[in-house]
Amino acid sequence: MSELEQFRQETRVWLQENCPEVMRQQAKGFEDIFNGGRNPEITHPDQKLWCDRMAARGWTVPQWPKEYGGGGLNEEEVRVLAQEMAAIGARPALTSFGISMLGPALLHFGSEEQKLEHLPKIVRGEIRWCQGYSEPNSGSDLASLATKAEDKGDHYVINGQKIWTSYADKSDWIFCLVRTDSSGTKHEGISFVLFDMAQEGVTTRPIKLISGSSPFCETFFDNAIADKRNLVGEEGNGWTIAKYLLTHEREMISSFGTAPKQSVGQIALDNIGADPSGRLSNTVLRHTIAQYQLDSMAFGATMARVGDESKAGKGLGAASSIFKYYGTELNKRRNELNLAVCGESGLGWEGEAYHEGAISRAWLRSKGNSIEGGTSEVQLNIIAKRVLGLPDA
Amino acid sequence: MALVLNEEQLMLKESAAGFLAENATVTHLRALRDSNSERGFSDGVWNEMAQMGWAGIAIPEAFGGLGYGYTGLGLLLEQAGRNLSASPLQSTVLVAATLIGELGNPQQKEGLLPAIAAGQKLISLALQEASHHAPQHCALSATLDGDSYILNGTKLMVLDAVAAQTFIVIARISGTPGEEQGISAFLVDAGTAGLTVERRSLVDSRSAGALVCENVRVPAANLMGASGSAWAGLNRALDIANIGLASELLGVSIEVFERTIAYLQERKQFGRVIGSFQGLQHRAAELFAELELARSIVLKALHAIDDDDPALPLIASAAKAKLCEVAQRATNEAIQMHGGIGMTDEYEIGFFIKRARVIQHTFGDYNYHLDRFARFSGF
Repeated sequence: MSELEQFRQETRVWLQENCPEVMRQQAKGFEDIFNGGRNPEITHPDQKLWCDRMAARGWTVPQWPKEYGGGGLNEEEVRVLAQEMAAIGARPALTSFGISMLGPALLHFGSEEQKLEHLPKIVRGEIRWCQGYSEPNSGSDLASLATKAEDKGDHYVINGQKIWTSYADKSDWIFCLVRTDSSGTKHEGISFVLFDMAQEGVTTRPIKLISGSSPFCETFFDNAIADKRNLVGEEGNGWTIAKYLLTHEREMISSFGTAPKQSVGQIALDNIGADPSGRLSNTVLRHTIAQYQLDSMAFGATMARVGDESKAGKGLGAASSIFKYYGTELNKRRNELNLAVCGESGLGWEGEAYHEGAISRAWLRSKGNSIEGGTSEVQLNIIAKRVLGLPDA
Repeated sequence: MALVLNEEQLMLKESAAGFLAENATVTHLRALRDSNSERGFSDGVWNEMAQMGWAGIAIPEAFGGLGYGYTGLGLLLEQAGRNLSASPLQSTVLVAATLIGELGNPQQKEGLLPAIAAGQKLISLALQEASHHAPQHCALSATLDGDSYILNGTKLMVLDAVAAQTFIVIARISGTPGEEQGISAFLVDAGTAGLTVERRSLVDSRSAGALVCENVRVPAANLMGASGSAWAGLNRALDIANIGLASELLGVSIEVFERTIAYLQERKQFGRVIGSFQGLQHRAAELFAELELARSIVLKALHAIDDDDPALPLIASAAKAKLCEVAQRATNEAIQMHGGIGMTDEYEIGFFIKRARVIQHTFGDYNYHLDRFARFSGF
């Protein structure tokens, strides 16, 4: 038996013995996903149990090195673990911005001390992180950010305001872009610092969205303290890290564009019916759905192609620049069509008859996809300038 | 199959790009048009292409081909699209050889495929009868008479009709137009009595024609496949043909896009290059995104042929519909962004929109294939 096959057998047995029954059922929604933290929100005690068991082996982040608490698995083993988890329907044990965003940035730009300090806590789900990027006057023009960090020898004193901070009210620490110098160009003088949110100088206020949910917050810093040991990279070099992280974020958001299990065409047939030839009886709607499904298929093929090219060692091609833009626009189209095919039954807001407004709320939430993480217009600017080489105005 | 090209395919693509950019460009097409060429392509250039093995690129090695599969042929067609290279690649290599492979009996394959691969035989499909693609509406009749069939009817849009030595004529043996049963394919030599070719001048300056059959007598041995049962093979061949056409449209689209971007970078108005205007930048970036989707769906479709994917009909219609849409947008944007000069015959952009339009309509346009895509998607 090959080593990989042996790993598969052992993994299968371990998962059978250790994955709680409840964790083998699909999460019912966002609130069912376990994000860890000092005061974790749980819908079932087994969420914590499952996370602890997986974390003990480093398998909440199997690809990270063992010295930082990760699983130390190679690419093939990571894939085997994912396959074996999928085989029993096991949920991810832990989902967090620490894993998807800060971790990769620390592995790339952090000091050894910072990696040893922060990564194991991410793996164990002890600390929940949020991202402090946008400000009220720095949206698309992120580099104009003004939150100020004053040098006080061994620490910074931070004053200013962030906005659209995802789950800031539920997070323990923040990775934050601050201005340490305003004498140069706007891209210079930005630094990337980490600090504890549980301090007097930090307050958060959730923002209620048109979808009714409050995933984002305003975050205020009034003489907040950040220890200088938690400055990542050089002072004034934060923009490089910010861009690196934005790429991660955009990939994550663009995956919303991949096709759902039940096609819109199928939902439409169920709701509206077919003509004698089997075609959706409303031919105008049928045309719009066909266009959407065609683009969705071609977008899926593009994600696959870029993945295959990257695996073949050809690097991340120019095609990846379209992911954020196209994926989010597709997701908006799908949500618009969802309303069209569901008709008035998609307009519900509360109550079981309307699945608590799942359709209308998802539709409204999707409007933010082409704004958050860089608007569609910013993405088009980036393609025009960096990929097509068109000059600045 | 991973959605990437292997070394062999990359080399083929490069050598095709080099050869065609030298020998079969828009300049050559313009010369063919201005000299009112009957055949519509250069025999000399075609012979060279055949010597490089291109005529048999997708034909199995057992029949004298190169066995590069349709992914290989797709790469050639894409390069032909970039250069608007006039040749029988489409009529003979893409369509006829595929149809012979699908429907031919062993003798027919043995007799024709090696000759095609060697560049010695030009064959064209005679299918269309009306202005819209509707293969099951075939009405040209084939009546059994002793040991031969008598064909009567007219075919339109026969590619390379003047140059073709043999036609594959789709005919109805039984049933009524609209039925899939009763359709057959016949090999008919160009010189057969009662057969007339009328050359038709199309917008793209390539050669096509109408084929009129008046009591054309064809030996029963020239029937391809079982009598009245050509539908399945014809359909698969048309799926493959449409994917090949999508590859050519991809080449046309990429070429006009690159020319347009180059123009945006050099043309100055209001004291600066027009490519610095955000109104144009966003349109160019959106088109770039569509082109990336187009590249992916074409490659996926080519692999679907070579992998024998059971979802081929759906993927073929997806690829053709998407490429019709993208090519139309790319060629239209090209003219608009070039401004007045794009409207002149002297400038080459006009050749691309003309060629694209003919390919778009060949074997079903956007509307036909989007409808078919939806049907195969179950709605």
